[in-house]
Amino acid sequence: MEKELKVAALRNGTVIDHIPADKLYKVVSILHLDNCEQQITIGNNLDSAKVGKKGIIKISERAFAEDETNKIALIAPFAKINIIRDYQVVEKRPLTLPEEIKEIVQCANPNCITNNQPVTTRFHVMNNEGEIMLKCHYCEREVKRDEVKIR
Amino acid sequence: MKKSKPGLYAPLGVGAFMLIPMSNNNLVSIADYSKEEILAILDSAADFETNPNRKTLDGKVIATLFFEPSTRTRLSFETAVIRLGGSIIGFSDAATSSSSKGETLNDTIHMVSCYADAIVMRHPLEGAARYASEVSPVPIINAGDGANQHPSQTLLDLYSILKTQGTLENLTISLVGDLKYGRTVHSLIMAMSHFHPTFKFIAPDELKMPDEYKVFCKKNNIPFTEVFELADNFNDSDILYMTRVQKERFQDLMEYERVKNVYTLKNSMLENTKPNLRVLHPLPRVTEIDPDVDSNEKAYYFKQAQNGLYVRQAIVSKVLAP
Ligand SMILES: [Zn+2]
Repeated sequence: MEKELKVAALRNGTVIDHIPADKLYKVVSILHLDNCEQQITIGNNLDSAKVGKKGIIKISERAFAEDETNKIALIAPFAKINIIRDYQVVEKRPLTLPEEIKEIVQCANPNCITNNQPVTTRFHVMNNEGEIMLKCHYCEREVKRDEVKIR
Repeated sequence: MKKSKPGLYAPLGVGAFMLIPMSNNNLVSIADYSKEEILAILDSAADFETNPNRKTLDGKVIATLFFEPSTRTRLSFETAVIRLGGSIIGFSDAATSSSSKGETLNDTIHMVSCYADAIVMRHPLEGAARYASEVSPVPIINAGDGANQHPSQTLLDLYSILKTQGTLENLTISLVGDLKYGRTVHSLIMAMSHFHPTFKFIAPDELKMPDEYKVFCKKNNIPFTEVFELADNFNDSDILYMTRVQKERFQDLMEYERVKNVYTLKNSMLENTKPNLRVLHPLPRVTEIDPDVDSNEKAYYFKQAQNGLYVRQAIVSKVLAP
C-alpha cells in the first residue's frame, strides 16, 4: 500500500509523511485542507517502523509557508515534510515549534475570554523543565502539549 | 526614581515573555511591571500617603467598569480618583451595563474610551483585561479578571510589606490557606521574586501550591518549604499572609470542616513569633483569623486595606502620566 502511494508520485507539491495515524485528520484541519482546491492524496493506518501506524498526505501544486507547516510540530513533532519539484525532493523541511501559536488551539479554561467572546486565541510555547507547555496569552493558564485541544 | 519605558518585551506570568504594544500604559498583570516600576509605584504611594488630596487629575475622566460587583475594590479606586481631582463614570455591575444586552467587551471598551481617559475594569472572565488592553485606545487598569490577576491587590500587599518591614529584601514569607486557587498568593510570589524571598507554603493537601509556581521558584532560586500544619510553623517568618479557605473548593465537606479549623489563626499562636512579624490578609475574611487576633499589634490587615487607596492613587497617576 505504501509503495503504491509512493508510486503515485507528485510532480510538484508537498508531502507530509510519518504523521501518527490518530493525528492525521488534525493535521488536515490545521492546514485547512478541507478547503483546498488542489489534488490531495491521503493515506492512513499505513505500517510504519517509526510511529506504528502512520498517515501520509500529498498535496499537489501547493507550497506551504514555514509558519504554516510549523503548526504541525505541535501535534506531530516527528512528521516529515518534503517539498517536491519535478518529481524530486528539493527540500526536506525540519519542523520547529513556533514561539507563539495563533488561532488553531482552543484554551482549556472554560472561563477564558477566548471561549466566551469572539477573540482569536494566542498561546506562548514554553519549556518547563523539559516539558513543552502552552500558556494562554489571555487567561495565563498553562496546558501540556499532549493535552492541547485543536479548534 | 527612574521611570522605565514601557518595554517591548514584558514578562507574562510564569517565565514566559510576550509582546505588548509599545504605546500601552496598562496594568493588566503584576508581571507587566519591572522591579524598577514596582519600586517607583511604592515610592509614589508613600508620597500619596503623606498627602492624598491633590488636583493632579483635574479635568480627567476615569471609567470604572465593574462587569461583576466588587464594592471594596471599586470604592478604593473611585476614592483614589476623586481625591486626585478626577471624575468617575461607569457601572458597578453587569446588569446595568450594555453587556447584559449582549454587547461584546470589544464594543463596550470602544464606546467607553470615547468618554474616558483611562478605564479601571473588573470582569468575571479570565483574560478579559489583557484583551481589553489590546483593543483599547486608552490605558486599562485590571481590577480583577476572574481567578487570574488582580495587580493592584498585589501592589498594596507589597506596599504593606515594605511599610511594616522597612525593606522587601531577604524576607521570609509564610503563605497560608488556599494556595491552589488563591490568585493573590500566586501574584505575590511573582512580585516578590525580585527581592530574594524565602517562602513557606502552608496548605491542606487539596489546596497545595500548584507545580507551576514551584517550578517558577526553582528557576528563580527562591527557597521554599511546604508544610501542612499552621500552628508553630511560622515562628521564623516576617510576614504571615493568610487567605480564605473557601467551602466550594472542597468535594468532601467533612474535609472542609476539618481543614477550616486547622487554618484558623488564633492570638495564642502569635506568642513565639518574631517581633517584626505582621499578619496580612486580602480581606474579606471569614473564619481564618479569629477576632481575638485583631487587637494584637501584629495584626495588619485593616491597615493593609487602607494602603490600597495610596497604591491605587499611584497606579492611576502612572497610567495617565504623559
Ligand atoms: Zn485562556
